[in-house]
Amino acid sequence: MSRNSWPLYEVFVRGKRGLNHVHVGSLHAADDEMAVRHARDLYTRRNEGVSIWVVKAADITASSPDEKDPFFEPSGDKVYRHPTFYEIPDDVPHM
Amino acid sequence: MTDLQQDFEATIAADHRIEPRDWLPEGYRKTMIRQIAQHAHSEIIGMQPEGNWITRAPSLRRKAILLAKVQDEAGHGLYLYSAAETLGADRGDLTEMLISGRQKYSSIFNYPTLTFADVGVIGWLVDGAAICNQVPLCRSSYGPYARAMIRICKEESFHQRQGYELLLTLMRGTQAQRDMVQDAVNRWWWPSLMMFGPPDDASPNTAQSMAWKIKRHTNDELRQRFVDMSVPQAEKLGVTFPDPDLKWNAEREHYDFGPIDWSELKRVISGDGPCNAERIENRRRAHEDGDWVREAAIAHAAKNSRKAAVA
Repeated sequence: MSRNSWPLYEVFVRGKRGLNHVHVGSLHAADDEMAVRHARDLYTRRNEGVSIWVVKAADITASSPDEKDPFFEPSGDKVYRHPTFYEIPDDVPHM
Repeated sequence: MTDLQQDFEATIAADHRIEPRDWLPEGYRKTMIRQIAQHAHSEIIGMQPEGNWITRAPSLRRKAILLAKVQDEAGHGLYLYSAAETLGADRGDLTEMLISGRQKYSSIFNYPTLTFADVGVIGWLVDGAAICNQVPLCRSSYGPYARAMIRICKEESFHQRQGYELLLTLMRGTQAQRDMVQDAVNRWWWPSLMMFGPPDDASPNTAQSMAWKIKRHTNDELRQRFVDMSVPQAEKLGVTFPDPDLKWNAEREHYDFGPIDWSELKRVISGDGPCNAERIENRRRAHEDGDWVREAAIAHAAKNSRKAAVA
């Protein structure tokens, strides 16, 4: 029996207008168009989406989990980026 | 303990999720792949017992419902294969393992569906037992599996309710129809209890799986929960379970039930159930019959991308 395996696609669905596309899972398809159709059948059987993105899994570049702490460290020590860093007297209105 | 292993243990201890590409102990990866694959295979094989009745459903309404349900089982299988692939498993390999019998599926699907009442009882009891098993898995420590389970549990609720409603309808019918329901309940009750797996003292992997938080309750806890849920549902429906020892225990605040014939489970798991050979043969044939389609689709995609490159 020959092995005719289709490439793996990752699937992203926009639940409704106003929301971002969110990753929901993956599927196999022979080409991009088939991937969109399969994604509709597999991930939106109950009106879960109004828009679908598919992308070949092999085309995704991700940060490496091994370096997760050093990679995200630059934002770790910049507490002044958060509004709670600043002390404002309680009686200043609307701030 | 290495740093990587420490990170892993800390993530589990904090009740955070393990995600794809995190470092994993080999045992966790293997156990997770086996658990997810076995679950996926069960969904795929599980299409057959009910699929058997699609062409003979008694009304267009029942046919549409049954089609949607069987399509859901296919969907659940695919969500799960997708989760298994995040652990490095290959989809083609998983299918091969199922067809060659090297990986198992739930023994419940090796029983035949003799009447249309079986469709209702499968929804009520078999899917009910599956829900009992699956709801805690929505908190599995492996993220992609937990997320697939959340999606599956939402859809299983429709499965159970359509089954119970089907049975309520039959129970309002003729005496022959009521007898048909009771007969189906008699045949499916004990196999449904076996779906929770061997008793705790004969389940050697439970402790490790609980420590890894890929299993949240023991087999016996979940089985008891299922019995306690099902008894009042049976009373409401007007059927009995085929167990003379089934009665309320006020002290334990649970239903007591009779001994389970574990030799039957062992027999069915090891291949000697009523439908094992047929289920696998159907799956093998469907896979082989689909081979030329997969090949043609690849050839078509390759031709289109060559055309696009030239243009």
